[in-house]
Amino acid sequence: MVEPDGNGSLAIKVRGLTKVYGPQVVLRNLDLELSWGNFLIVFGPNGSGKTTLIKALSTISRPTEGEVSVAGFDLKRNPAAIRRNIGLVTHQPLLYGDLTALENLRFHGKMFGLTNLEERIEKVADLMGVNSFLGRKASILSHGMQKRLSLARAILHDPPILLLDEPETGLDQEALEMLGQMMGAGERGRRTVVMATHSVERGLALGNRLAILSGGKIAFHEDRANIDEAMFKSTYGRFTGVAS
Amino acid sequence: MTKFWPTVAALMWKDILLELRTRDIVISVLAFALLSLVIFNFALGPSPQITPVVAPGVLWVAFTFAGVLGLTRTFVLEKDQGNLVGLLLTPTSREAIYVGKMLGSLFFMLLAEIIILPVFAVLFNISPFRPELLLVILLATIGFASMGTLFSAIAVNTRSREIMLPMLFLPVVVPIIIGAVMASGTALEGGSWSDMVKSIQLIAVFDVLALVFSAFAFEHVLQE
Repeated sequence: MVEPDGNGSLAIKVRGLTKVYGPQVVLRNLDLELSWGNFLIVFGPNGSGKTTLIKALSTISRPTEGEVSVAGFDLKRNPAAIRRNIGLVTHQPLLYGDLTALENLRFHGKMFGLTNLEERIEKVADLMGVNSFLGRKASILSHGMQKRLSLARAILHDPPILLLDEPETGLDQEALEMLGQMMGAGERGRRTVVMATHSVERGLALGNRLAILSGGKIAFHEDRANIDEAMFKSTYGRFTGVAS
Repeated sequence: MTKFWPTVAALMWKDILLELRTRDIVISVLAFALLSLVIFNFALGPSPQITPVVAPGVLWVAFTFAGVLGLTRTFVLEKDQGNLVGLLLTPTSREAIYVGKMLGSLFFMLLAEIIILPVFAVLFNISPFRPELLLVILLATIGFASMGTLFSAIAVNTRSREIMLPMLFLPVVVPIIIGAVMASGTALEGGSWSDMVKSIQLIAVFDVLALVFSAFAFEHVLQE
């Protein structure tokens, strides 16, 4: 497993997290704990607060109330240390379209102050299969290629925690299968992963911990080994009112 | 924490590389500034009595509005492609991101001004290549870029960002524009350093305040 900087016994610890945007309470007194090496899938329909939770864990959004600790570092006291320990993939590729894939990776690595930058680029490019298009502008790459490059960018600094916010959005079936293979074979057990999705099938196939976000809270959190697919789908429908 | 200056240099280099490929900022800034100078030139005519009086104002109208146009673009590219999130995810200090973006804006504004000045000289038959005037332009542009980068980051999160930036930013930089117009007028009339000292002091004090305040406020502007 990738070694974290911090000494926390838990990869993620959230206590009483509340996030309010204007009149809307998106997260309501949310608690969450995740041990190192787990692959947590956070399910929930659109608007349930999955993205807000990922934003809070990735330091982009400041909680209105509550405590968030990631990789053993407190969000309010040491956000820079958290950023060093996480990689984020969202439905947006977070790439500069007019820079080549290689230039995007180099820029990102420099922002992380990586000393072994070229070596790391070579490694992640091999791992994500982006070698063949490193010289091409990001804007002309297909969605699938951009997603692979986005994943390469997210793990360039070798973070122990990976946060994925609906990474499957906009991908075709082939790219989805590739993403599933990469996340399953390459990352399971090696990094702690939190993946937000509304795709129940994909989530059940990848995660070893399953959670359902409903009403701004974690309404359900269970080990994958303890539940079967039909039971989970019925639970998901009950909490969210969405048939899966 | 990553090292400050290498990350500032990486940000600047990235902005320059993107500009070389897209030419978004420099072309629009130059087109606006040069058109303003031409229109003023036709409107005011070649009168030797009027030109020295209005030239400093004309020069700073061109610089100011062209500068605002350039500043509008500073964070648009980051925001529209989601890259602002990518930047905020790095352990780089927010001050380094601010300084990198500010120096990028300063570079493009100075580049545009270097091209605008000879055109201004030809159209208004005035020689602007005096050390006093060049210092005033440099100092005022530093203050403009310092405060403008902060306001550009504020405006990019608003719905009508092209309107919001000048509305929020121009009232704040009025002291620097007044100081720059006064000092430029003195310099173009062949005045001495002692005649300009108050205006230059005003601009320099504004620069320091703008840099310190903006670097401090930048993190709060970016945080959700």
